[in-house]
Amino acid sequence: MAVEQLLKPADFATEVHNDWCPGCGDFGILRTIQMALAELKMEPHRVAIVSGIGCSAKTVHYVKTYGIHTLHGRALPYATGVKLANPQLKVLCLSGDGDGLGIGGGHFVNAGRRNLDMLYIIHDNGVYGLTKGQASPTLKLGVQTKSLAHPNINDAVNPIWLALAAGATWVGRGYSYDIKHLVGLIKQGIDHKGYAFLDVLQPCPTYNDINTKEWYGGEDRKESNTGRPLPRVYKLEDQGFDPVVHEPGQVEAKATQALEKALEWGDRIPIGVFYKNEHVPTFEARITERIPTYMENPPALQPIVGPNGEPRTDLTRILQRLTFKAS
Amino acid sequence: MSPPTRLVNDLSWMIGGPQGSGVDSSANVFARACAAGGLHIYGKREFYSNIMGEHSYFALRAHSKLVRSHIDAVNLLATFEAETLFRHAREVTDDGAIVYDPALGKTRLSDIPTIEKRLSADLKTYLISRGVGETLDDMLAASKQRGVALVPIPFKDLLDQIADEFQIDQLSKISRVVNMLAVGASFGILGFDFEMMRFALEDVFRAKAKVVNMNASGAQKAYELARSLVPDFRYRLERIPRTESRLFLTGSQATALGKLLGGMRFQTYYPITPASDESEFLEENEILDIDGHGLHPEATDAAFAKQGGGSMLVVQTEDEIAAVTMATGAALTGARSATATSGPGFSLMMEGIGWASINEVPLVVTLYQRAGPSTGMPTRHEQGDLRFALHAGHGESPRILIASGDFEECIRDGLLCFNYAERYQMPVIHLVDKALANSYATTTVPDLSDLRIDRGALATPDNGYSKDNPYKRFDLSNGPVSPRAVLGQEGTIFWNTGDEHDEMGHITEDPALRNVMMEKRFAKLDLAAKEIPSDVKVAYFGPKDASAVIVSWGSTKGPLLDALEQLWSEGAKVGYLHVRLLNPFPVPEVMQYLAKAKRRIAVEMNFGAQLAGIVREKTGVEMTHYILKYNGRPMSNTELYDAIRPVLKGKSPQRTVLTRGS
Repeated sequence: MAVEQLLKPADFATEVHNDWCPGCGDFGILRTIQMALAELKMEPHRVAIVSGIGCSAKTVHYVKTYGIHTLHGRALPYATGVKLANPQLKVLCLSGDGDGLGIGGGHFVNAGRRNLDMLYIIHDNGVYGLTKGQASPTLKLGVQTKSLAHPNINDAVNPIWLALAAGATWVGRGYSYDIKHLVGLIKQGIDHKGYAFLDVLQPCPTYNDINTKEWYGGEDRKESNTGRPLPRVYKLEDQGFDPVVHEPGQVEAKATQALEKALEWGDRIPIGVFYKNEHVPTFEARITERIPTYMENPPALQPIVGPNGEPRTDLTRILQRLTFKAS
Repeated sequence: MSPPTRLVNDLSWMIGGPQGSGVDSSANVFARACAAGGLHIYGKREFYSNIMGEHSYFALRAHSKLVRSHIDAVNLLATFEAETLFRHAREVTDDGAIVYDPALGKTRLSDIPTIEKRLSADLKTYLISRGVGETLDDMLAASKQRGVALVPIPFKDLLDQIADEFQIDQLSKISRVVNMLAVGASFGILGFDFEMMRFALEDVFRAKAKVVNMNASGAQKAYELARSLVPDFRYRLERIPRTESRLFLTGSQATALGKLLGGMRFQTYYPITPASDESEFLEENEILDIDGHGLHPEATDAAFAKQGGGSMLVVQTEDEIAAVTMATGAALTGARSATATSGPGFSLMMEGIGWASINEVPLVVTLYQRAGPSTGMPTRHEQGDLRFALHAGHGESPRILIASGDFEECIRDGLLCFNYAERYQMPVIHLVDKALANSYATTTVPDLSDLRIDRGALATPDNGYSKDNPYKRFDLSNGPVSPRAVLGQEGTIFWNTGDEHDEMGHITEDPALRNVMMEKRFAKLDLAAKEIPSDVKVAYFGPKDASAVIVSWGSTKGPLLDALEQLWSEGAKVGYLHVRLLNPFPVPEVMQYLAKAKRRIAVEMNFGAQLAGIVREKTGVEMTHYILKYNGRPMSNTELYDAIRPVLKGKSPQRTVLTRGS
């Protein structure tokens, strides 16, 4: 199939009925994934998208690539297995905030230790949508969304801080209603050599009546003279923010400025790339140190069976060490 | 009185000492020396969940014929410290011997904090009954009363001599040599060719010439001294010609070899006893040769890869949930993938196994059983997870269960698990256990030339998939097995979901489709029951028309066969049905041997007679007798013999619980 014919986002769409709520922020993420894949001229069969459980996880059914909808919290290890067994695939991993930072929090931390070359997107809306609006790990302390009986008794984790602490080498945040910007972030995340983490602010119109599209857009605080809203979301790049670790000695300074920016919330919410460091060897490179042919001949692509079904793996060398030969 | 007849090449030897002191390597050297001398060996390792200081021991049998199990009695006990003597001196046969350090003679039982209170009280009662005191000398005196030969080896003096000879300034640097002194002394009184020990030392310490020489020099001194002290020991070891090549390996290694031969290319694990040994062995053997070209590991360049040079990837994960899900992700790409774990880790894998089952993913889980529940006794043996493996997970999800009973089965099943996982597109759980994993033995190099790899139905371009005729991962049009595509393959895009799904792999809650999909998944299990050969499902040993039949599974095979050989030689009419395929359950094969048996005896290393329950559920046949054990120590040949005999004579209660082992 000629790649050139597949440059339209619509070619990455399936006919599956989409059952998200009207106005769901997930639509923006779905559309931007399809746009990014088209713009990067990806062949659909070379892409695997792996998701966990929740509204976010249904995304894979709407994208025409290999789509693996897994277990609550476990998208990352499934995706890791796919990528490790066939590093020639492009792997995208999707979670919700409860999925990725609550039940799957352990995997979030350990993915950073590996720096495997893939993009992990968290659909971040502060609530567990599919189970009807319970507080998620990114909902702030004291906030009471409409289906909560009491204000949130837990404090929120900061996904950007957590990703940096865990070792992610590309950390970004997008906003699902800024399609053009989000497409750019997804493309950068895919192109990054190493483990990229993208937090996407994604309003849940049904259960999160606090962090709404209107709230992010600043509809509640219009300029008095013009009547124009003052958006809370702003772009880091517009402020001349340079997230790139250009040489290894800059790691501390760049990580520090990323952490500082990630503390901003409320009146001003930064989106864009917080941190990018390609000086850390990828997991693939580390494996190749041990197994020199790993990239060309990874686990998924090795022939294991001969023409008559005979095993091709030759254990002679290993068995020699375990054998007492006849004297 | 004429001297007792000599017993040549039929020995039960034991060495013990604190964990971390080198007991492992001394047992290894003893076993390798025997194997080099043409003898068969079987070694059983017992240890506490501890790194340093707690008691550990090896019980090792050396024989001219194949040995598959340990026996309770010890003919020669070797040690360099007090605890082993207090614990095991009573196991030494009256005609046996004890190698010990005379400098420890004044050690009192109460000086040893690691002996459990129950055992300590028991030992005190014993010592009082023998009319002696509480010191090690008293313990030895009690042994001597029975006729046991005492072999005092002044370990410290010998170490001093080695230190002088090799100019070592601190004795602590060579403290581990005491292990080899104990081995050398053992071979001395057994009259075994010392050259075999030197050979074994070279084998174990390979590149370290000084270590070999130091240990050999010390061992030889102990050898000579012991021989002069006990020149006429009843038990002898003699070299015999090695007429055949033999493997010397552990159950963990055997299982790993089978998996490698089966084409496994990806394995995940989270550290857990006793499963980790297998993954560590695989990590040491990541670079693989293909097609007998003897591709050298150093030739790993691009050309090597193009020739099909092999490798496998072992990944240590953050937990067992990641282990099972990562292996499943890898399996989706077409790589033969597995994870290996033990009970607590397996508990965490339930949801992942269900996902693999509903998505028809060929996943292999190697489950090394150990004594549960919860942490249980992490380093001790049990066959307690049969029911668990059979039913693990919520809802109803088909899986295949195979349990290996010996090393050859470990190798074969290692490969077969992948064949069945791919042919029937479902998880296969390979049950092994601590007794198999940690035992090592010599075994004839098995002929594996009949083994074939079967990748099952695959989606290929020949299937003519197109836009109008798209590939359907769960195609219902042609039987329960749908051709399998892998991630990355062109023209076969599919979806998976943990939800119930349609043919494409998209979510459905349609009641009719749900029924069809459930029936599809379970029909594969029926297919497996029909297709898997009988000689994989079960093995039967003994007279065909036996009125008494033992039913067992897993590693009890070794001690059962050894015990039965004795019983058969005495004329007992008893058969033994070893069930290897546990799900789908081989009903006709089991009925063939059980239907007419009047005495049906379950032998299992668990409390609840789990296989017996499954037999009853699947066939309606109930066992008449149960021989069970759940104290964490594997069944011995001798205690099985002692338990089966009364059952055959009708002089046994319905339930016999075995209790031996220390």
